[in-house]
Amino acid sequence: MAFDVQEIRKDFPILHREVNGHPLVYLDNAATSQKPQQVIDTLVHYYSHYNANIHRGVHTLSQEATDAYEMGRKKVQSHFNIAHAEEVIFTSGTTHGINLVAQGFTSFLKKGDEIIVSAMEHHSNIVPWQMLCERTGAQLKVIPIDKNGTLVLSEYEKLLSPATQLVFVNHISNALGTINPIAEIIEKAHGVDAAVLIDGAQSCSHVKPDLQALDCDFYVTSAHKMCGPTGVGILYGKKDWLTKLPPYQGGGEMIKEVTFEKTTYADLPHKFEAGTPNIAGGIGFGAALDYLNNIGFDIIAEYESELLQYATDELLKIEGLTIYGTGPEKTSVISFNIEGIHPYDIGTIVDKLGIAVRTGHHCAQPIMDFYNIPGTVRASFAFYNTLEEVDKLVAAVKKAKMMLG
Amino acid sequence: MMETRPIAALQEELIDEFSLFEDWMDKYEHLIELGKSLPLINPEQKTDDKLIKGCQSKVWLQSELEGDKVVFTADSDAIITKGIIAVLIRVFSNQTPESIVNSDTSFIDEIGLKEHLSPTRANGLVSMIKQMKLYAVAYQAQLK
Repeated sequence: MAFDVQEIRKDFPILHREVNGHPLVYLDNAATSQKPQQVIDTLVHYYSHYNANIHRGVHTLSQEATDAYEMGRKKVQSHFNIAHAEEVIFTSGTTHGINLVAQGFTSFLKKGDEIIVSAMEHHSNIVPWQMLCERTGAQLKVIPIDKNGTLVLSEYEKLLSPATQLVFVNHISNALGTINPIAEIIEKAHGVDAAVLIDGAQSCSHVKPDLQALDCDFYVTSAHKMCGPTGVGILYGKKDWLTKLPPYQGGGEMIKEVTFEKTTYADLPHKFEAGTPNIAGGIGFGAALDYLNNIGFDIIAEYESELLQYATDELLKIEGLTIYGTGPEKTSVISFNIEGIHPYDIGTIVDKLGIAVRTGHHCAQPIMDFYNIPGTVRASFAFYNTLEEVDKLVAAVKKAKMMLG
Repeated sequence: MMETRPIAALQEELIDEFSLFEDWMDKYEHLIELGKSLPLINPEQKTDDKLIKGCQSKVWLQSELEGDKVVFTADSDAIITKGIIAVLIRVFSNQTPESIVNSDTSFIDEIGLKEHLSPTRANGLVSMIKQMKLYAVAYQAQLK
């Protein structure tokens, strides 16, 4: 099937609106993706036809809602090539999944143990580990990055030791777009019997990971970055790990038997899904996966790399423009600055021209400190963006440069 | 002591000044010019105690009491933020603590720059205005 971006764009109602008198050019896809009509319709259909609480009612609506929600889980299982459906825990998003693991590891760690994270993590990825270290006396070690924004794997190898209990890295950096060699990172960690948690928040919209092949112990991501609704994501964990890990929150759904003396917990995945879950979210996530798989991830990756190449070439023609994150393996994210101009100023001017980019430190202050910059302008592209939109971005950045320089 | 006009008159003057620009580009070009003309704070005076850290841009604010008037000096690393600062300084600097405390910033809406004072912008301006008022309150107490 030939990829026709104009046909694809018809699926996304929001792409047809105007911003500040200009057609919207949405280039903040690394923050969240837009939603196709198919996903919106699925949510509307759920709320208008079979909204009910799940896993507990005998009535028809509850049965239908339960089936649809569990179908969402099966779609996640199949998409990520996960061995068992109960290894898929629905969460409120990536951050929730990370905290669930970090909290669970409290009982596994002791003073002298070590946790390894990378220097290109999102804030939300650093804090839970710092808190875990404070609780347990474990130490946090950091894999450094080089000038291209690539992890220094030789340093990673030096950090690994029998004291290493957990390694945490993102698959793709949100601030730079660098793709990390996670297969290698996982294999090396397993060499010292450390568990590995991969943050797939930035990668899932670009690539389709095979979690069994990767052999990671835990994997987290959010639906909203992959055309799905906000407020839902998944934690994948190998069955052995999830069985060992204590429950995170107490509540309904997660218990088997409750007396005042003792509570026995429900089986996986319900042990980690206390309370009424985001039912519409789980169903909508499934619809989003169907939508993306219908297009095909190979086709998405090929088209996005064309966008990235074109945008990189055109932006670099602007005098004084520097791109951060220039490793050979990266996704369609371009973080840049123009010499002598603050990213906030560029972002403000291009917004006036209808272009949505992100400015600031992208919740990755350590990276900004590394480059000694206050932040960057970040344009992140999705498969529904066009080459003409790249031209509009370049023209807008030039105009901003003229006004601000 | 410099002759100063009341805050309300200065606000009116700014609204008139900005109403001359028909499109946003001219307005922003003017704002950028105002930002560039703002007296600079010496780098050595940009100490952390004067720093208001926004997620997007940084703002430095210092204040002094000259006679019965508060004099503000401020700076930012982003030029558009600095332009807004210039507008705020023109209105609120060289005023009595009491008139600063009793003033508001709705004239910014009328100029059409409201979005920059939104907390979600995280550019430090909202905190800067709050800080200006806090200084004014402190000086008010000092003068009593």
